[in-house]
Amino acid sequence: MPDVKELPKGQLYKSLFQLPRWEGLVSGHRLCAGCTAGVIVRHLTKVAGPNTIVVNATGCVEVSTTPYPYTSWNVPWIHVAFENAAAVASGVESAIKVLKKKGVISDDYKVIALGGDGGTFDIGFQALSGMLERGHRVMYVVYDNEAYMNTGIQRSGATPYGAWTTTTPAGKVWRGEWRPKKDIAAIVAAHRVPYVATANPAYTLDMINKFKKGLDALEEGPSFVHVIMPCTTGWRFDPNLGITIARLATETGIWVLYEIDHGNYRVTMPVKKRKPVKEYLKLQGRFRHLRDDEIAVIQRMVDEEVERINKIVGKEVIGPVAP
Amino acid sequence: MTLAVKEEIRKGLRKPMPMSTNTAIATAARDLDVDVVSAYPITPQTTVVEKIAEYIADGQLDAEMIHVESEHSALSAAIGAAVTGARSFTATASQGLALMHEILHIASGGRVPVVMSVATRALSAPISIWNDHSDVMNARDSGWIIAFVSSAQEAYDTVIQAFRVAEDPDVLLPFMVVYDGYLMSHTMEPVITEDREKVLAYAPKRDYPHKLDPKNPLTIGTITDPNWYYEFKYQQVEAMKIALEKFREADREFGKVFGRNYGVLECVHCEDADAIVVANTSYATTLKYIIRDVREQGMKVGLLKMKLYRPFPVEEFLKATSSVDTVLVVDRAISYGAPVQGPLASEINALYHSRGLDTKVVSVVAGIGQRAFKDDDAKYMFKLALESRKAVPEETIFYGVRK
Repeated sequence: MPDVKELPKGQLYKSLFQLPRWEGLVSGHRLCAGCTAGVIVRHLTKVAGPNTIVVNATGCVEVSTTPYPYTSWNVPWIHVAFENAAAVASGVESAIKVLKKKGVISDDYKVIALGGDGGTFDIGFQALSGMLERGHRVMYVVYDNEAYMNTGIQRSGATPYGAWTTTTPAGKVWRGEWRPKKDIAAIVAAHRVPYVATANPAYTLDMINKFKKGLDALEEGPSFVHVIMPCTTGWRFDPNLGITIARLATETGIWVLYEIDHGNYRVTMPVKKRKPVKEYLKLQGRFRHLRDDEIAVIQRMVDEEVERINKIVGKEVIGPVAP
Repeated sequence: MTLAVKEEIRKGLRKPMPMSTNTAIATAARDLDVDVVSAYPITPQTTVVEKIAEYIADGQLDAEMIHVESEHSALSAAIGAAVTGARSFTATASQGLALMHEILHIASGGRVPVVMSVATRALSAPISIWNDHSDVMNARDSGWIIAFVSSAQEAYDTVIQAFRVAEDPDVLLPFMVVYDGYLMSHTMEPVITEDREKVLAYAPKRDYPHKLDPKNPLTIGTITDPNWYYEFKYQQVEAMKIALEKFREADREFGKVFGRNYGVLECVHCEDADAIVVANTSYATTLKYIIRDVREQGMKVGLLKMKLYRPFPVEEFLKATSSVDTVLVVDRAISYGAPVQGPLASEINALYHSRGLDTKVVSVVAGIGQRAFKDDDAKYMFKLALESRKAVPEETIFYGVRK
């Protein structure tokens, strides 16, 4: 096993330069040019280090990183099916526990389950809830590109209001997705697991520290990190704009960065003055059909969510929209 | 059972314990020192898992029990555990097996040696908690080794054989031990259990060769394009052939070590028979019990008890039925709309034709949703087999149905 220096438990990264040079996910994979999943997963494996087992649900990352006979993975990796990454990870974790107890293995490997929004919000939801409720020491990371991108941009429970997808097209009657996005992190938090967070690859240090905290929490139980993942293909934007759009998501308040650490809710990236949500929407072809009155509805939804979060925190951590 | 074992029992050196087949299976899992048990409750499998839970709770078995939220997750977690190097066991029935269906294929394609017991039960709709073989027949093409057992003792013994064969590095296939829900799962029989040391010497834990290990990182479950997929699947074809040989060997060895073995199939009075009835699980036991009577009445019939179903023991089957011109196959599942609607009968028909044989096959469907099958019904099967020698019924007989 490569000798990779890990940051001790309880310590957080002060700089990206503290990450190891070692790569858990190497180049040569088939993710789209401009895909932000690669950035997320590469940093995830760097934080976790080589003493890690990754269980991957079916999805973009799974198919793009393992076209037989090639692989981009430098850590043991398994894919079984779409809806069961959390169940397979439960089995891996249980096996490690009993084999360690019986003296067959000596190390305590970190177990990470990785899934897209479809594999997590929708088809993998039941297995995820079971894994969380049973307390398996697994960190579940969802890379959320807000639709079934791998099969061709069909809507999922994570698709936001107003978004065009191939199954919620914008026409004379339909105006894109008409239901709000499922609040998966809140549902996970309701399982009272030690650590839940939202993350954003544009805020890399914040993201890697959330991975670190999630992995540190595994001594006590499961953790969950929900990462927004702008998708050049499905969101219809120029491949060089992924991180810009990711940053705008937080700057506009449509993607608030917070953590729930042992029940303590904290916004990790306060926003003094929000940008109008239109700035986030206008860069993406999936929202191109929206009229101003429809954008105003989305702005109101964001305002209400920000108000709700500020109420939880007890002060205005996310400020008003600055014109 | 060998005479030596019978003699030991007579002398009181060994004491058979009353057990249901469910308990016998749980006890085999205990004696095999399984590491991970992952299961979801479904009638009539439940007492297998309840008994294992008791063994763990009492410290008789050191294993992790994963109380999964579905059968889909039960098999998924068992795969995760097995691929990490743990000896993994699960159990199910009926709707549970159907819910697992997707993962059945992944277990075999991924070459994961999970062992599972199946207490067969009818499939919905309408819902029936009672026995038939719709569930297992629905899973027959999933690439698992499938063995039918006919008694609680055979169930105990076969679970032990199953781990030995499944975990063999030349095989690495999942193994299903199949018996009848209620008719066996909840009926008591005497069972001899063995010492764990002896069981583990016969079925030792082996190092799974493709395991998830950070010291040697492997990528398992990749996407495989048309240039490669077929070869993976053909390797399963080859592994099934090896599994047949390994099962024969495991059964012989089991006989030597424990004094009991069953073969890949069992034929009773086949040598001089004019017609043979083919059946499995508890029906084979009922037919075996009744064959003495019908023989005494002068009916020259035989009984072929199917044990190993996948891989199908073709050579043994052909040899056992070589002297008869007619076989009657009792199926407990329906292949709706098929040319021959009993699935096992259909396969046997195809086997004879593929070998250029003109042995006649009578297809009988019985016991659907546990419609009673008693001694008289067993007698009738032998009678029908003989009568069919003159004229084979063209269509599948749905025995005992109210039309």
